[in-house]
Amino acid sequence: MTKKLLSVLSMITVLLLPCLGQAAPKEFRLLTWKGYAPAELVEKFEKETGYKVQVTYSNNEEMIAKLRATRGGGFDLAQPSQDRISSVQESFGLYQAIDFGRIEAPRFIPSMLDAVKKNTLVKGKSYAVPFCWGTDGLIVNRKFAPEAKSFADLLDSKYAGRVSYRLKRPTLIAQAFGMGVDPFALYADEAAYQKMLDQVEGKLIAAKGVVKNYWTNGDALLESMRSGEVHIAQAWDNGGFKLHAENPDIDFVAPTTGALGWIDTFAIPAKADNVDAAYKWINFMMRPENAAVFTNAEDTPTAAVGVGERLKPAFRADFERCYPQQVIDNIKWYPPVPAKLEAMEGKALDRVKAAQ
Amino acid sequence: MSAVAASKAGPGLRLTLALFLTPVVLWLGLLIVLPHIDLLIMSFRMDPSFGDEGWSFENYRQFFAEPIYWLTFVRTAGYSVLVTLLTFLVSLPVAFYVTKVVARNTSRFLLTMLLLPFWVSELVRVYGWMILLRESGVLNHWLTGLGITAAPVEMLYNDATMIMGLVYTSMLFMVVPLVSVLESLDDSLIEAAYDLGAGPWTIMRTIVVPHCMPGIMSGAIVVFMLTLGNYLTPNLMGGKNSLWFTEQIYNQFIASFNWNQGAAFGFLLLALSSCIIWLGLRLTGQKLSRVVQ
Repeated sequence: MTKKLLSVLSMITVLLLPCLGQAAPKEFRLLTWKGYAPAELVEKFEKETGYKVQVTYSNNEEMIAKLRATRGGGFDLAQPSQDRISSVQESFGLYQAIDFGRIEAPRFIPSMLDAVKKNTLVKGKSYAVPFCWGTDGLIVNRKFAPEAKSFADLLDSKYAGRVSYRLKRPTLIAQAFGMGVDPFALYADEAAYQKMLDQVEGKLIAAKGVVKNYWTNGDALLESMRSGEVHIAQAWDNGGFKLHAENPDIDFVAPTTGALGWIDTFAIPAKADNVDAAYKWINFMMRPENAAVFTNAEDTPTAAVGVGERLKPAFRADFERCYPQQVIDNIKWYPPVPAKLEAMEGKALDRVKAAQ
Repeated sequence: MSAVAASKAGPGLRLTLALFLTPVVLWLGLLIVLPHIDLLIMSFRMDPSFGDEGWSFENYRQFFAEPIYWLTFVRTAGYSVLVTLLTFLVSLPVAFYVTKVVARNTSRFLLTMLLLPFWVSELVRVYGWMILLRESGVLNHWLTGLGITAAPVEMLYNDATMIMGLVYTSMLFMVVPLVSVLESLDDSLIEAAYDLGAGPWTIMRTIVVPHCMPGIMSGAIVVFMLTLGNYLTPNLMGGKNSLWFTEQIYNQFIASFNWNQGAAFGFLLLALSSCIIWLGLRLTGQKLSRVVQ
């Protein structure tokens, strides 16, 4: 009996050994948002470089948590938003500084590259380069809510049961702007920021009867807008563009106080195994022809130059319709957020969720 | 024969035992015990960005100081007990029907039918419910089509739906232990009770339930723990009002980046759920050793 078991075990070991010894094709592990690595581009990149691309989809908070758990290991490239990098870099050292000698700088929109460099500066080094940008605003079904144009409308009882937003920090920021307060101006003053948060919290709790649900999944939100269950939502512009193509009544609306602008970046985790592949992927994605593929698939503008004529007409039309110059000038870009504020915001969000 | 072989092959057997035990010990040690020790240590330290790094009970104090935390816990525990109770009430007739009423072949078929929905993941099942119940969903389509309701009603995002979802998710874990204890119940006991003039209610109360007690308790423990630790169903079906304690832990780790607080919540959940189970066993006069058999 024992002998038999031992021989079986040794057989298994012998069978497994070749797998261990075999050199697998070098992997490139990307931690990113859904849609940021279109299958077409992944295939092209694999063919060009011979790397095997493994994509993990996530969001800002989970990216930070995942990298924090491994102290910056497990992935070769991450794509957090630019305002969420400097504070976690200071506290946990999750990323490695970008070697700008390996970045093909002329491929980036200069002002955006400079802004991200500046916003991710920690101890004299920059930790990210821009990939794409967009805004957070309103998606409105004009048939049912023709006048909606401000973040404050999300709390208006005349839309009771027809409103949806996320229960995340952009909602708090949006409602602060809706009250006429500039939350970014209070970033440095904790006490004032807490006071503002308390006010926003009160408003969100009072308006709990108005909101249908707190959306967590972009596709689910689009589905409820499509079916007419939700008439106004706080959401990203590209969702509005997608819905507009299907139903001209629905469109993205930049709120009167200004859409909230975000820039998603490329940042290399501190313990990345395959740094070469990370730089290759960055330069590959910023090539105008590849950046255009991404923008056309996801309706999200990129930080790459020279994509103009490659964009599909529908996207150009969306962009011109929703982003006239004065709207662009009015975009409120997220400044880097201090770490302590996020804990304060977390508590406020918990209290909103728990309130009946 | 086998005893002789065993004594002769002493060292060999020990080697085999070690070989087989190593993965289990490594698995438990590296993936369960070590991380838990790390979390326990973490729970007694403050988040570095909140002050000095020393030992403190601050994370545990926060739980009691901030009403929203312990209220969420009380809510979660209360609803979990309710779900366990409801699951039992739904499962007992099902298990009784499967084991005692129908023929053997039908009973096997029915058990397979009960198992079938559990071959897909919980997420898929929850989304299935959401498609059925949402305002523009299947059920509302029928209701308005048949003229029962004038306009579609939103059936998602309330506590009743969430509890139904939780009962559905955990039913199988109650039915299976109940079926196994009911199989060991001699039919003649029930028949004798009938002969002596007992009604169905009395039989249920004095024969079936006492006999099933170990099965009920093991089912109840599993259902209670699963419900208490559930994250998906409350979040997706409960929607805006249903803060579950697990979500609170998730928020501490993910949204607030306060792992120390999250770790403390995790251990509080472990301690308090153990207390509730101990209390449940005490109240029903069961022993854990008998229940887990």
